[in-house]
Amino acid sequence: MDRIPILKLGEFLLVSVQVDMHDQLAMALQEDLTERIVAAHARGVLIDISALDIVDSFIGRMLGNIASMSRVLDAETVVVGMAPAVAITLVELGLSLPGVRTALNVEKGMELLRRAMDFETGVEGV
Amino acid sequence: MAENRETILPSLLKRHEKEILRAWGAEQLRSHALSNLRDDDRARLSGEFLNAFQRAFQTGDPDNIESEQWRQVREFLADLSAEQAKQGATPVEIATFIFSLKQILFRTLEDALSKNPEQFAREIWLATLILDRLGLYTTEMAMKIREDVIARQQTEMLELSTPVVKLWDGVLALPLIGTLDSARTQIVMESLLQEIVRTGSGIAIVDITGVPTVDTLVAQHLLKTVAAARLMGAECIISGIRPQIASTIVHLGVNLGDVTTKATLADAFSVALRRNNLVVTKAAPAVHRKMTDE
Repeated sequence: MDRIPILKLGEFLLVSVQVDMHDQLAMALQEDLTERIVAAHARGVLIDISALDIVDSFIGRMLGNIASMSRVLDAETVVVGMAPAVAITLVELGLSLPGVRTALNVEKGMELLRRAMDFETGVEGV
Repeated sequence: MAENRETILPSLLKRHEKEILRAWGAEQLRSHALSNLRDDDRARLSGEFLNAFQRAFQTGDPDNIESEQWRQVREFLADLSAEQAKQGATPVEIATFIFSLKQILFRTLEDALSKNPEQFAREIWLATLILDRLGLYTTEMAMKIREDVIARQQTEMLELSTPVVKLWDGVLALPLIGTLDSARTQIVMESLLQEIVRTGSGIAIVDITGVPTVDTLVAQHLLKTVAAARLMGAECIISGIRPQIASTIVHLGVNLGDVTTKATLADAFSVALRRNNLVVTKAAPAVHRKMTDE
């Protein structure tokens, strides 16, 4: 079965969804990601969904769940690159993903994660 | 109704075409039908109509002007209505063009059937029926033209009224003017989100100075736009909230939640600059340089 790759980048994990998400794939991603966060002691997770152009209520909820779960495991989570059509669909479905951090692209998402880490450890600048 | 079909009207029209046309032209002028028409155009159009009408009448079913035999007459009337409506003729004027033919036809029938009152009544009824239908058809066409114009203007207004402007690197503004309904919000939302992606802007200012009233529906539309922008990773600031609107929002119990709101666009812009770690400072006074130049 297909799996979405999870890349380790320092103390962050990078998940890039490059295919259409179907239900099984989303379930597998949720499982893999939580395991990887624990195994790699990740402090931050970045989920890039810029290639995702179709969502339904299930995938929307899964995205929210995945983000919440990583947060419970003490990893800051940022969802980046959501397409306008996807954002409109999620809002119309009533899934505005409260509490999930978002950014326009991977670069800005990384910056956000770094700042969050600095804030936590009390280091200024970088 | 089968016996009603045996009518002498078509042959009568053909035989007295010249007289009918002349009388009809005079009648049109008297009843102010299509008053802005030139005389030669009027004669030409009347002739064309009478010709098509007579041919359709010969073969077509007068009860059903939607049938194939009446197609030519329908097309002629549709063109005429469209042309005249564009030149500012009222639907009444256009319909009168058809209705003014009635009296002429009745008089011609009267002359031909003075010895046969039964058939005369029958023919009158038939002529009334068909001319009424055709007259109403022109009205319908004129209305349709106007509706098309209104629909086109509406879409043009939609396109004109949703500009997304760039204020600074990473700062977009969306000045909203006019009432927000669902259709407009949809377009506003889409163009804003697309522009956010295109420019990679992190902050979007939605200015509602030009929105006359905010009710629960409008507030909900605004919140949806803000939520969608947030999902994409951009922050929305709502500005231009007038005192009355602020009190309406509170009285309606609308919860704007954690949306940043500012009174004016300028306030919102300074917030946006601050978020981007930018400051605006006064330039050094230019007085000194000016004096040395002189």
